[in-house]
Amino acid sequence: MEEVTAATQRKMIHSLFLINCSGDIFLEKHWKSVVSQSVCDYFFEAQEKAADVENVPPVISTPHHYLISIYRDKLFFVSVIQTEVPPLFVIEFLHRVADTFQDYFGECSEAAIKDNVVIVYELLEEMLDNGFPLATESNILKELIKPPTILRSVVNSITGSSNVGDTLPTGQLSNIPWRRAGVKYTNNEAYFDVVEEIDAIIDKSGSTVFAEIQGVIDACIKLSGMPDLSLSFMNPRLLDDVSFHPCIRFKRWESERVLSFIPPDGNFRLISYRVSSQNLVAIPVYVKHSISFKENSSCGRFDITIGPKQNMGKTIEGITVTVHMPKVVLNMNLTPTQGSYTFDPVTKVLTWDVGKITPQKLPSLKGLVNLQSGAPKPEENPSLNIQFKIQQLAISGLKVNRLDMYGEKYKPFKGVKYVTKAGKFQDNQYQLGS
Amino acid sequence: MSSNSFAYNEQSGGGEATELGQEATSTISPSGAFGLFSSDMKKNEDLKQMLESNKDSAKLDAMKRIVGMIAKGKNASELFPAVVKNVASKNIEIKKLVYVYLVRYAEEQQDLALLSISTFQRALKDPNQLIRASALRVLSSIRVPIIVPIMMLAIKEASADLSPYVRKNAAHAIQKLYSLDPEQKEMLIEIIEKLLKDKSTLVAGSVVMAFEEVCPDRIDLIHKNYRKLCNLLVDVEEWGQVVIIHMLTRYARTQFVSPWREGDVLEDNEKDFYDSDEEQKEKADKRKRPYAMDPDHRLLIRNTKPLLQSRNAAVVMAVAQLYWHIAPKSEAGIISKSLVRLLRSSREVQYIVLQNIATMSIQRKGMFEPYLKSFYVRSTDPTMIKILKLEILTNLANEANISTLLREFQTYVKSQDKQFAAATIQTIGRCATSITEVSDTCLNGLVCLLSNRDEIVVAESVVVIKKLLQMQPMQHGEIIKHMAKLLDSITVPVARASILWLIGENCERVPKIAPDVLRKTAKSFTSEDDLVKLQILNLGAKLYLTNSKQTKLLTQYILNLGKYDQNYDIRDRTRFIRQLIVPNEKSGALSKYAKKIFLAQKPAPLLESPFKDRDHFQLGTLSHTLNTKATGYLELSNWPEVAPDPSVRNVEVIELAKEWTPAGKAKKENPDKKFYSESEEEEDSSESSSDSESESGSESGEDGEDEEDDHSGDSAEDSGESGSEPEAGKGRAATRSRARGRGDSKDVDKEKENSKTSESSSGESSSIEESSSDSESESESESESESRKVTKEKKKKTKQERNPLTKDVSLLDLDDFNLVSTPVALPTPALSPSLIADLEGLNLSATSSVISVSTPVFVPGKTHVLLHRMSGKGLAAHYFFPRQPCIFGDKMVSVQITLNNTTDQKIENIHVGGKKLPMGMQMHVFNPIESLEPAGSITVSMGIDFCDSTQTASFQLCTKDDCFSVNIQPPVGELLLPVAMSEKDFKKEQGMLSGMNETSTMIIAAPQNFASSVILQKIVNVANVGVVPSGQDNIHRFAAKTVHSGSLMLVTVELKEGSTAQLIINTEKTVIGSVLLRELKPVLSQG
Repeated sequence: MEEVTAATQRKMIHSLFLINCSGDIFLEKHWKSVVSQSVCDYFFEAQEKAADVENVPPVISTPHHYLISIYRDKLFFVSVIQTEVPPLFVIEFLHRVADTFQDYFGECSEAAIKDNVVIVYELLEEMLDNGFPLATESNILKELIKPPTILRSVVNSITGSSNVGDTLPTGQLSNIPWRRAGVKYTNNEAYFDVVEEIDAIIDKSGSTVFAEIQGVIDACIKLSGMPDLSLSFMNPRLLDDVSFHPCIRFKRWESERVLSFIPPDGNFRLISYRVSSQNLVAIPVYVKHSISFKENSSCGRFDITIGPKQNMGKTIEGITVTVHMPKVVLNMNLTPTQGSYTFDPVTKVLTWDVGKITPQKLPSLKGLVNLQSGAPKPEENPSLNIQFKIQQLAISGLKVNRLDMYGEKYKPFKGVKYVTKAGKFQDNQYQLGS
Repeated sequence: MSSNSFAYNEQSGGGEATELGQEATSTISPSGAFGLFSSDMKKNEDLKQMLESNKDSAKLDAMKRIVGMIAKGKNASELFPAVVKNVASKNIEIKKLVYVYLVRYAEEQQDLALLSISTFQRALKDPNQLIRASALRVLSSIRVPIIVPIMMLAIKEASADLSPYVRKNAAHAIQKLYSLDPEQKEMLIEIIEKLLKDKSTLVAGSVVMAFEEVCPDRIDLIHKNYRKLCNLLVDVEEWGQVVIIHMLTRYARTQFVSPWREGDVLEDNEKDFYDSDEEQKEKADKRKRPYAMDPDHRLLIRNTKPLLQSRNAAVVMAVAQLYWHIAPKSEAGIISKSLVRLLRSSREVQYIVLQNIATMSIQRKGMFEPYLKSFYVRSTDPTMIKILKLEILTNLANEANISTLLREFQTYVKSQDKQFAAATIQTIGRCATSITEVSDTCLNGLVCLLSNRDEIVVAESVVVIKKLLQMQPMQHGEIIKHMAKLLDSITVPVARASILWLIGENCERVPKIAPDVLRKTAKSFTSEDDLVKLQILNLGAKLYLTNSKQTKLLTQYILNLGKYDQNYDIRDRTRFIRQLIVPNEKSGALSKYAKKIFLAQKPAPLLESPFKDRDHFQLGTLSHTLNTKATGYLELSNWPEVAPDPSVRNVEVIELAKEWTPAGKAKKENPDKKFYSESEEEEDSSESSSDSESESGSESGEDGEDEEDDHSGDSAEDSGESGSEPEAGKGRAATRSRARGRGDSKDVDKEKENSKTSESSSGESSSIEESSSDSESESESESESESRKVTKEKKKKTKQERNPLTKDVSLLDLDDFNLVSTPVALPTPALSPSLIADLEGLNLSATSSVISVSTPVFVPGKTHVLLHRMSGKGLAAHYFFPRQPCIFGDKMVSVQITLNNTTDQKIENIHVGGKKLPMGMQMHVFNPIESLEPAGSITVSMGIDFCDSTQTASFQLCTKDDCFSVNIQPPVGELLLPVAMSEKDFKKEQGMLSGMNETSTMIIAAPQNFASSVILQKIVNVANVGVVPSGQDNIHRFAAKTVHSGSLMLVTVELKEGSTAQLIINTEKTVIGSVLLRELKPVLSQG
């Protein structure tokens, strides 16, 4: 088109910098010529401007480069781009890198990355060639580069053997790029976790403004050979919008609503789904709370009670209530009937770890709020975020019907677990007392 | 040494010194040469020693430390000579780390880097494809200009490699070489062109990426590969999908007409190659109709749809932008659901997706209205996400939902996040202007906010109210008064300035208040912000003009203050105002108009979305996100007024063979035409699509010729699947059949022309017969698309034999074909059976029909001697059964013959001479080979219909000088085609083939021979059968059908107690059934 393009280096991801929360660049990797660290100054500038890490814009334009970054586990992954590229492409890729670190090292932290810098480098080398993703499937990467284990690192240090696979990966070359060949287990197992999250916004009158159920099915498959699985549901029509792992045969789902796939080895997310919003979402808990401040006084009263509601006969556990209190709140002096609470006077976040609900005695948290003296009474009452968990229940009613295996002869152990959690569950404030 | 370096250090000045300082703080310093840092020197010496040691563990340790240095951004270039020596290390990990090092430092140490090149050159010839690939990767990453020719050569070779993985890496290397030396562009384009033809899904994404980097303007390279890319898309890896979809979006915008102008008479198919033909023009006129989408356009839209369900946000976004930019507006709605789904992802993904939704929601509100609540803001969202959601909510606001929205906004205004609260107020203002029904409500709400305790909220409200009042100033004297009072308390400059401006504009409506305000502000003038000062001056000027009696002195006082202000803008403004309003001798003319100038009716500001102007960028791009054109952004062109010639996408094909079926048959088959076209219509209607193109296709031909039309569309379509398959109506099969329907109507004319001239040509009509019967009886699995594609191409080839031009191309294509389908390229038996068995399952699941031909489970590499070189006077021939469905006829078995010239002279004109075939047997011979060079070898394909018997086909293989009689006797296992069916269907079919149709025998063998993989391997080695998934461990089932008659052939191996097994064969064709039984028995019992 233009000669301009000929002169520029069109490539997707040029360099990657890993930056920790205190602004140290602790790892850099270049896929072409070296870009000076100073390019990150633009990033630091944006970070300063944003005040909050969450608000650092993912895309920053600098005179010669573009910086696309993600924030994961208290680390910034900052990639340097020189030319037009779909930003989501880079963002997805960076998340995939972070996922891979998580997968390899158990956590995606500065310490883990520094401890395994050689593996990190080898991984990055395999994942990207000339700025274009090459091998991003965990199954393939693990064949190329073995994840570190304590035992292996001890053995390696004695024998000097390597953690680079000397067998060559087969998956990359096959038609099933997500699965490695020659998998063998003595116990063949296939477990599925159906995890559903309720996203809800509840207004001050207690009525639901918005609620929907988002679910995922995570699989842990340890099966020998090349199993071909079919997972069917009792009520597949519930699933309104589904996104698939690449292993799932789309046509089969379209025609029969059956998930048919040759799974990757190990843990992976099979599908994510949304339950159609026409179905009324049952809200399993309710919260009553009041916060009142007296005019011209540096004191206020605070009171929350939680109770079960539509819990389908299951116990609601792991309840946590988080409240972002107004800035003028100095301290809180509360008494919980059960569980424990903390108030962080710096971030003004009140966290109440409630635990289980027993219907006989509803948990409550009451007490006094101390305000900065002289400050005006807070304009707004805070909103509450509630977390909970219900075991053995998929709130949408989704049920796995059966799992069949073809292609292999052994009988696997199969299991399905259901969990319902609060997702983004937010109770917007009532305005009591004023 | 040490003094030298010291001197150097002094000379080199500050820059060097700081660099040294940095190095000194690091644990490992590369600047070992400097005496000052002798301890560091030791460290590097230490590394060097380790690298030179004999122990791999020491080397590995050293390399790991060096990589650690690189990762921290420290300079380790000093160690280059020591590191590069290890490039040929046997230890893979050392080798890999050396590669990492090389790629990083080669540029700086070019001469030394050259030492490593020969290692890579050697590795490029390695028999292992992964080693070849990685050698190419590293070689092409070494940015040393001197090796450009070596890289070029390596890329050229790799692009013709048998392994698709190596070819993928070649595509990546193209980009690297191009950025190293743009001069190579032309040659690289040639390679890209070649790789674009590649049929492997592995290569597709990478080569399109290379295309986008090197020659995005060469859209002509895409034409021939367009349909293939569309059809491969679902199977390409995620990252490749994104690149291909973006490229195809641009392509579609240049090649198709807009689908947005409904009812337009636009698409004239007759813009074609035969414009001389009168009759045709008439036809075209008759067929002129409202907008009809190009079938290729439809193909793209349809084939990208499943990708909306990808787990990869980038893929979903890519499809969404494709639908946005090229799909009819009525169809773009399906993307909203998927985009809304992405809002559950990380904040970065949300950020980009929301930006794109914001742009879309301005133009097409309806798309996202059903998802309004998904954009409700949560208190935990980061501010940038909140603001984007707010933007979308504003865009979606209408009369119906505004009251709900306003209630929601009320909550937002109270947010502790003040930036967000301010944005909400702006939003309320925008809603007030866009929806007149609520403008009063909004205004009242905003006025209430004026008594808010938070100053930012109040200030923002003031600014918004000012804008609103400007639009309807008549009724709001009260509000203005209220705001004037606020001036006492509010300190935010923008708000103060807004109030002052508002009072100035409306000074005649609030005659009592305005002068008082001026008085107050005159007092505070010196301490005001510049913005406010300017407005005080304005207010003064306006009052001077309207109410000079009360304000003359005040204004003059202010003007005096302004005259000596520190800010020159204010001094300028003061001077300007004074000249204009205070009459004096110099300023005659203008001051008369001062009132008009100052108190002119000012147009109300438009409250617009900041995303309004983004729509000219392609969605999903970096440029769209930044709202500026990013380097390398490729404009999305506007739809062409008239579609460019659609025939360019037809895949030109070559002649492979002549007259290969008897002519008589064609007539007999003609009645089938009805069936054929009906089935096609069915497919179309099952698509539930609004137009009925295929009908027009089949109607347009009124006689037997329209069959031919179908066929031509068929072969033009390179989608690589057979005709009307049983699995029609699903996915791609349907897509292409539909596309073919369209293709018809376009190619009708051309084909008519063709058939007119050659109506009597027997070759022509027989080809039709082949294609239609082909499509009736077969259903192809997707994985077979490659071979089928070739089939189609070849059919086309036969059709175009009159065209000498295409014939030249043909040889190249043939090479390509051989590359893909020669047995070497197939998976090695050692690992493949289980894998392919899985693919089998995949095929099975994809079709619902009972009998469908699947891919061969295994292709034995065994070749048979056709002609020994001793008896062939130096011409040697081998044949081999590739187990591919035959491209020359569905009743034929395909046979590949490899001819070798072992003489030292050219052998010319190799062809098939006389045939001696048993009754009913037919043979389709290969094209004469003009010449075969000494030591040359060529592989050709033939098709033989053995009539389901193991009789020998005898024929003569002739050269220019000699004729040799040769025979092909097929092993019974090659007379079959594998069939995919479920266990249930198998049992059902088996039940129907009992009694006479069943033969069985007992087998005794060692238990290890009865392992399932062993049985599978043995059976598929002998016979081309498909594996039927079995629920029982002790029963293995295989299914196939005979090539000629299509009769089922069911093989069961049932393991019994002890080391015996029962082998059962069920088939109507009892003769070959028992022959197969005889063949299988010894194989299974052998050790």
